[in-house]
Amino acid sequence: MTKAIVCVACPVGCEVAAEVVGGEVTRVSGNRCPQGEVYARQEAVEPLRVLATSVKLVDGARPLVSVRTDRPVPLRLIPELTAHIRTLSVCAPAEVGQALSHDLLGTGADLVATRSMPRAAPR
Amino acid sequence: MAAATAAAHVGARTLLIEREEALGGVLDQCIHPGFGLHRYREDLTGPEFAHRLVGELAASGAEVWTGSTALELGPSRPVARVVGTAGLVRVRAQAVVWAAGAWERPVGALLIPGTRPAGVFTAGLAQRFVNIHGLIPGRRALVLGSGDIGLIMARRLYLEGIEVVGVLELRPFPGGLLRNVVQCLHDFGIQLRLSHTVSTLHGRDRLTGVTVVEVDEHGRPIVGSEEHIEVDTLILSVGLIPETRKIEPWVSLDPINGGADVDGWFRTRIPWLFSAGNAVAVFDLVDTVARVGERAGLAAARHARGDLPVGETVPLVREGNVGHLVPTSLVPGVATTLFVRARGPLPRARVEVGPGVVSRLHVGVRPAEMVEVDLSPEETTKLASLPEARVEVRPA
Repeated sequence: MTKAIVCVACPVGCEVAAEVVGGEVTRVSGNRCPQGEVYARQEAVEPLRVLATSVKLVDGARPLVSVRTDRPVPLRLIPELTAHIRTLSVCAPAEVGQALSHDLLGTGADLVATRSMPRAAPR
Repeated sequence: MAAATAAAHVGARTLLIEREEALGGVLDQCIHPGFGLHRYREDLTGPEFAHRLVGELAASGAEVWTGSTALELGPSRPVARVVGTAGLVRVRAQAVVWAAGAWERPVGALLIPGTRPAGVFTAGLAQRFVNIHGLIPGRRALVLGSGDIGLIMARRLYLEGIEVVGVLELRPFPGGLLRNVVQCLHDFGIQLRLSHTVSTLHGRDRLTGVTVVEVDEHGRPIVGSEEHIEVDTLILSVGLIPETRKIEPWVSLDPINGGADVDGWFRTRIPWLFSAGNAVAVFDLVDTVARVGERAGLAAARHARGDLPVGETVPLVREGNVGHLVPTSLVPGVATTLFVRARGPLPRARVEVGPGVVSRLHVGVRPAEMVEVDLSPEETTKLASLPEARVEVRPA
């Protein structure tokens, strides 16, 4: 099977073809540099993406705090992971870089805050 | 922030005035990754990139006033009337950097026929609702315009459970970065329809649908191609416009960039007034915005200590296929990076500055990604000796 991939390792955007046989990439063509081959080999079998979203913050200065996975996760799991993260809530304050949840749905990825958010000012 | 940090680093007493409560502008709501790949060699989200800059700014010793804005600036001297938590104060300086960013082109600027119901949002507004306030703008959405924020919001809304029926683009090529076309649309099977636009809005109180039409190569609707699409939400990503309100009576504006004319030091035609970032022209990457901000801050600091004489500058003339061009003039003998945006995509392009001074080959030139051309001091001097210094992007 041949998979058509647009390489986004750089702005040139080569249209790369990856031959996949039994889950293994046997041949990559159309790339103009070695980065394209590395990108296409991963992309053809299991595309990985960093997921960025936000999570509910209890008693925070804002209702949400922005978060990301600490490593790329399989693209196919991203809708499910986003829905899972929507069910979570954490207590303020949050610190940038703080892990708010561990091993999301068994991916090994942690959910980390991408900004600090203090508690809401007392009324 | 980059301009203030750079100015403070070289010893200038520096004050940063910010209207919002937090520093970083729109980065705060751009919670997606893709920032910092050039500046920090890391893939950061918007808030993380802003956090780095805030750290650099704090270490530089620059003073920061948040919740403050300049009501008046100049025009004859670098004096600002600033209103903020301290009340109304007069701030005297030796140099000013105008780095007020850009605003989104609103629905009113598009002259779309039909009704004016609720449910039409600029992409940045929808982004603010979703990412900062935790509010969903609607249930079934169409995105008009394939600028980066539009592509990012198509993905964001999709992942938050909104049905995204597609992204329309008036031009025959996408407006945003290729990376965003792939990772926001292809990844989730969201349709991109090129050469299409919205011709009518429908609905009384809330948007009920839009008429979508195909356009010809001149952007004119093709009669008979109309199609009704039921949506309750229309997201607009149809361009950003540099913010120049406080300076536009005094400086000259470049009609294509939309921001002030600036030279290789990001100096406007007023010697003490510099401008940087998206207030000059809309850049593709925040990394680039920070880089040009540093140069403007450094130049402003040099002016403040009397170390940046006002001399002759050489205006650059655009030839066909050149859109955004920064800077718009050169200072002879000063090394300068030109940022050039092609109007249409070219698989192989030659960027020529001269004629005959600089000629460089670029592969895969797209309107969404500016081409950078580094000019040496000798090259800017050589360009100054020509009757006219022209910039051209042509097929190679």
